[in-house]
Amino acid sequence: MSALHLEFDVAGDNFLSAGSATDRVKNELRKLGVSSADIRRVAISMYEGEINMVIHAGGGKAIVDIYVDKSVVKLIDHGKGIKDIELAMKPGYSTANEEIRNLGFGAGMGLPNMKKYADELIIESEVGKGTTVTMIVNFS
Amino acid sequence: MDRIKTLHTVTLDFDKCKGCITCMRRCPTEAIRVRDGKASVDFDKCIACGECVRLCPHNAKKPAYDDFDVINNYKYKIAIPSPSLYGQFNNLSDVNYVLTGLLKIGFDDVMEVGKGAELASETTRILFDRKNDDYPVISTACPAVLELILVKYHNLKDNLLNLLAPVDITAKLARDRAIEKGIPPEDIGVFFISPCPAKVFALKCGIGVQKPYVDGVLANSDVYLKLLPVINKLSESEVKPLSKMSIIGLQWASSGGETAAAYRDKYLAADGIENVINILNSLEDGTLGEVEFIELGACTGGCVGGVMNIENPFVAKARIRELRTKFPGTRNHLADEGKSLEYYLWEREPTVKDVFKLHKDRATAMERLLKINELMEELPQIDCGLCGAPTCRAFCEDKVGGVISMDQKCPRLK
Repeated sequence: MSALHLEFDVAGDNFLSAGSATDRVKNELRKLGVSSADIRRVAISMYEGEINMVIHAGGGKAIVDIYVDKSVVKLIDHGKGIKDIELAMKPGYSTANEEIRNLGFGAGMGLPNMKKYADELIIESEVGKGTTVTMIVNFS
Repeated sequence: MDRIKTLHTVTLDFDKCKGCITCMRRCPTEAIRVRDGKASVDFDKCIACGECVRLCPHNAKKPAYDDFDVINNYKYKIAIPSPSLYGQFNNLSDVNYVLTGLLKIGFDDVMEVGKGAELASETTRILFDRKNDDYPVISTACPAVLELILVKYHNLKDNLLNLLAPVDITAKLARDRAIEKGIPPEDIGVFFISPCPAKVFALKCGIGVQKPYVDGVLANSDVYLKLLPVINKLSESEVKPLSKMSIIGLQWASSGGETAAAYRDKYLAADGIENVINILNSLEDGTLGEVEFIELGACTGGCVGGVMNIENPFVAKARIRELRTKFPGTRNHLADEGKSLEYYLWEREPTVKDVFKLHKDRATAMERLLKINELMEELPQIDCGLCGAPTCRAFCEDKVGGVISMDQKCPRLK
């Protein structure tokens, strides 16, 4: 099945630039005629993922494949990895440091929100090597 | 009444248009193309914000509004001036000069839109008290913003405040008052004196109402020029105490006035179309934080910034602020009007419009999307506008959508 394949670099040092890739994806989905509720789910889950890569992994790559009936967003980083995925999924749990929290991030809602808005969330992580998060949103 | 597809919001003076692409590059919905050296507007995408009128360096773009003489089509003519009209006058000691002037230039009755605005504020407070679902609520007073949401931010439709615009409330009340006086309904003509073309568009289409309540929309600038000589000749004894509005209604003319009058703690007011778009994007992404009420105005400064005004928006805003001392704090109350709450609410939901989809069939849209992204690879992606489209992307979309020939070349690559 043909897909629109998009790749973005997510810079590790800049909270403000996180989200620019999301804007591009939103625009493509709008042109495709995807419902705005689904566009919102893609946008929120992807934005949360981008922010996570900025906070925890010094940035990474966002690879987006848009199909007629779904979007597949893959976020790949080479950061420190997630030690306990189950614990990381718990709402309110965060390993973000004080500095990050003072900036208003690190509330421990990133992964729970990604799970809430995506239809499928797959986390593959190896401590010391990095994390790959795959989020699938099926379109109505 | 459904939206009139071909309702023109701006007109072009062909002789003055140099095909300079200024308007095309700044149009917030990419509705403009320059073809054969002249700017043309796709009115399905136009939200009537007036940016192209404001920016045109050659004065080739004109907002579409009614000629003053249309008032003569009716026997009983009612003027409903926007509070922004008061900001046009220098050293205005008493707004009753303006209102008395309106009677002198041909109107039989006047009712300030500031009155409707004050009632709209009270209605808003009631709606907030009753509300128990998710925030935030987005104001629907600026018709350009409302139209932008309806064409582009479908997901935010449920956040829209289901309240009639102050101008519609005022037009309804003014018409009812004339009917109560015994004027035959067919003789009554209600005319809004407007700061912007978006109001022209909204009122002629009747957004949120069953049928338009206004019979014509005149420009603040036109009416100002007619009023000025008349007002200068008015003696103090001739001036009638016609004004019925308060500070609450007056401050709706400037950005932040509507939200301030809703008496909520967590509100946000943004003005200028680019700022509005940023806020809507954040809201859509869920990154705006906790806000209860969002007021968005397409023009810088709010309605005082509309392109059908004479005065600079900041000067007009300062004058409006100064005029506050001449008004009571409040004056109009729902209880005194004797209408139900529903009287002030949308009579029907406005419908969203799909103007940005590439094709109604998702699979065909997908094919086009892939083709567009493929074509983009060959282009310099500097959005220079020389091809007559605002961006390289729009150029590819026009090709794939059959608006222009697939053979058309990028002028930078020739």
